[in-house]
Amino acid sequence: MKKIISVLVTVFMMILLNLNVFAFENESYYDVPELKGTSINVYNWGEYISEEDSEEDGLIDVNAAFEELTGIHVNYTNFASNEDLYAKLKSGGASYDVIVPSDYMVSRLIAEGLVQKIYPQELPNYKYVSEEYRGMYFDEKDEYSVAYSVGMVGLIYNREMVDEIPTSWSALWDPKYAGKILMFDNPRDSFAIAQKLLGQSLNTTDQVEWQAAADQLIAQKNFLQGYVMDETYNKMEAGEAALAPYYVGDFVCMQEVNPDLDFVYPSEGVNIFVDSVCVPTNAQNPEAAKLYINFLLDPEVAMANAYAIGYATPNTGALESEDYAEMAENKYLYPDIAPDTEYFHDQDDITRNTMNELWNTVKASGENSVSLYIAYGVTALIIGGFLIYRTALKKYRESFYDA
Amino acid sequence: MNKDSLMKKIISAPYYLWAAMFIIVPLILVVYYAFTDVNGNFTLDYIKTLGSYRYIFLRSIWYGFLATVISLVIAYPLAYIMAKSSASVQRMMVMIVMLPMWMNFLIRTYSWMTILEDTGIINSMLSALGLPQVHIINTAGAVILGMVYNYLPYMILPLYTVMSKMNNSLIEAAEDLGASKMTVLSKVILPLSLPGVASGFTMVFVPSVSTFYISKKLGGGTFAMIGDVIEMQFQTSYNYNLGATLSLVLMILIILSMAIMNRFTDDDDGGVLI
Repeated sequence: MKKIISVLVTVFMMILLNLNVFAFENESYYDVPELKGTSINVYNWGEYISEEDSEEDGLIDVNAAFEELTGIHVNYTNFASNEDLYAKLKSGGASYDVIVPSDYMVSRLIAEGLVQKIYPQELPNYKYVSEEYRGMYFDEKDEYSVAYSVGMVGLIYNREMVDEIPTSWSALWDPKYAGKILMFDNPRDSFAIAQKLLGQSLNTTDQVEWQAAADQLIAQKNFLQGYVMDETYNKMEAGEAALAPYYVGDFVCMQEVNPDLDFVYPSEGVNIFVDSVCVPTNAQNPEAAKLYINFLLDPEVAMANAYAIGYATPNTGALESEDYAEMAENKYLYPDIAPDTEYFHDQDDITRNTMNELWNTVKASGENSVSLYIAYGVTALIIGGFLIYRTALKKYRESFYDA
Repeated sequence: MNKDSLMKKIISAPYYLWAAMFIIVPLILVVYYAFTDVNGNFTLDYIKTLGSYRYIFLRSIWYGFLATVISLVIAYPLAYIMAKSSASVQRMMVMIVMLPMWMNFLIRTYSWMTILEDTGIINSMLSALGLPQVHIINTAGAVILGMVYNYLPYMILPLYTVMSKMNNSLIEAAEDLGASKMTVLSKVILPLSLPGVASGFTMVFVPSVSTFYISKKLGGGTFAMIGDVIEMQFQTSYNYNLGATLSLVLMILIILSMAIMNRFTDDDDGGVLI
C-alpha cells in the first residue's frame, strides 16, 4: 500500500513538475554560456507561431521553450503586412534579430542590403527543410533565408449558395452571384486574380496588360459585395457572401466554424507564397538569432507551429510527425494534384506605381459623378443665395441708420 | 512686471514645446514630403497627379457635409430639449449622450456591420415579421449613417452648452413684445446658438471628411473616401510622398470649407471656429 502511494505521489510530482516533456534534438547545441541572459527581438506575422494558448492542444509555447532551453530572452512582436515590415526596417528606428518576410519581400530586402547572410546550411536542423523549398528564386544559393510556412490563394465558396462547384476564377465575375462576391482589399492580390483569369503573369511589367487587368476588375465591381480583408472571416462564416478569394490557412479555420464552406484552386492558376526567416543587417544578436532559427526547424517545434498556424509546412520532420498526421492529410493544405502556382516577384518602382494608380481608378470607378456635381451646384446656389440675401438685408437695415 | 512675464513664460513653456513637437514639426514634415520625391529631391509630380483624385475628394467632402447636416438636424432639437429640462434630467441626458463614447470607436463601427448586414439583425427581424429585406450595408447610406452615429455627440454637446447658457429673459422679452414661437426661434434662439452650431459643425465635419475606418467597414471598400486613399499610401503602397500630398490638400480643403462656414456666423463671434 505504502509503495502504491509513494508511486502515485511520485507520478503526481512528475506531472506537477512536468515542464519539459518535449525533447528537442541536439539540446547541447543550445547551451552557449556567453549568450545566456542576452535577448533577441523577433518580429513575426500576427498569430503565426505556437503560443501559450496552443498549449491546450498539447503544443509547445515556442518562445517560452526557447527561453528555458537557452536562457535567451525573446521579445516577440507582430507586423500586419510585408510593407509594414519593410517600412520599419527601412526607417532604421527599430532593431530586430529575426524577421519573417514573404518571398518577394525577401528579394527586395536582399537587394537593398537590409538582411545579412546567415548560411543556414550550417544549422544542424537545416536537413529538415524540404528540398522543394531550398534554393528558392529569391535566395538561390540559400544564404539569407529559411522557409518557415507556405500558403496559396484559392477560392472559398459556400456550397449552399452556389449552383455548381466553381472551378475557375470567372465565378467571381458571374452575374448570378451579384452582391454575394467578395474581393481582396489590396492591389497585389486583387490584380493577381484578374491577371490569372486573363492568362497573364503575376509579374508582368507590360503597362497594357496591367490596364487590361484593371478593366477586368472594373467590370467586376458591379457584382461585388465589397473589398475586404479580415472581414472575409465574418462574412463567409455567416453566409453573408457566397464566394471569396482568400488564403488557404485561413480557410481551414473558417471551415471549422461553417462546414458549408469549401475551397478550390481555380484552374487558371493561383499565387503561392513562402514566408521565410531572415536576420536583418542591423541585428544586435545574430548568433542568438541563428539558435532561434535552428530551434524553429526542430521537428517538434515546426510541428507545433504548423499545427497552430494552419498553413502548410516546408519542414519534413514536422510532416512525418505522428501528431501532425491528421493535418498532413488535409487536401486543401496538401492537394493531391498540385495547382498551377506562381510566386510574386518584387516589382520595380514604375510597375508598382502603375498598379497603385490603376487600383485607385478601380476603387473610384462606376460612380455617377454627374449627380455629385449637381448636388454641389445646388448646395452652392443655396449657400450663395443665403449669403446674398443676408448681405442685402444688412444693407437695407443700415440704410435706416444713415439718415 | 518682469518677474510676472518670466513666470508666464515658464508656465507656458511645456505647451509651446508640445505644440512644436506634435503640431508644427508634423506639419512641416507633411509639407516636406508633399514637395519631394522618394530621393528627397524637390518635385511637383505628386501635385500634378491630384487631378485623378478629384472625384474622391469631392465625394468625401460631400458625404462629410451630408453627415454634418443630418447630425445638426437631429442634434438641434435634442440639445434644446436637454437645455430646457430640469437639472437632474439634464445630467442624465448628458450621460446618455456620452455613454457610447466610452466604448471604442472601432468596436462601435464593427457592431454596425452586424446590425446592417443582409443576414444581420435588422434583416433577420424584418424577415421574422414577414417583411421584405432591405439592403443597407455597403451603400453610401450606411457610410453616412456610421458617420452620424459616431460623431453625433460632438454636435449635441457644444449646442447644449451654448443653449443652457442662453439668457431666458431674452426669450421672455421677445414673447412680451409679441413675437410668435417661430419668430422667437428664428430671431432669438437661432442667432444666440450660432457659436454652438459653428463649433459642432467643425467637430463633426472634420473627422467625417477624413474618416477611413467607417467607409471601409460599412461601405465594403467599394466607396473609397480620401481617408482610405491616404491610408493606402502609407500602409500598402509605401508612397509617403503621395500620402502627404493628399493630406495637405485635404487640410487646405477643410480650411476652405470652414471659411465658407465662417460666413454664416457673425464676424464678432467667429472666433469659436478652428
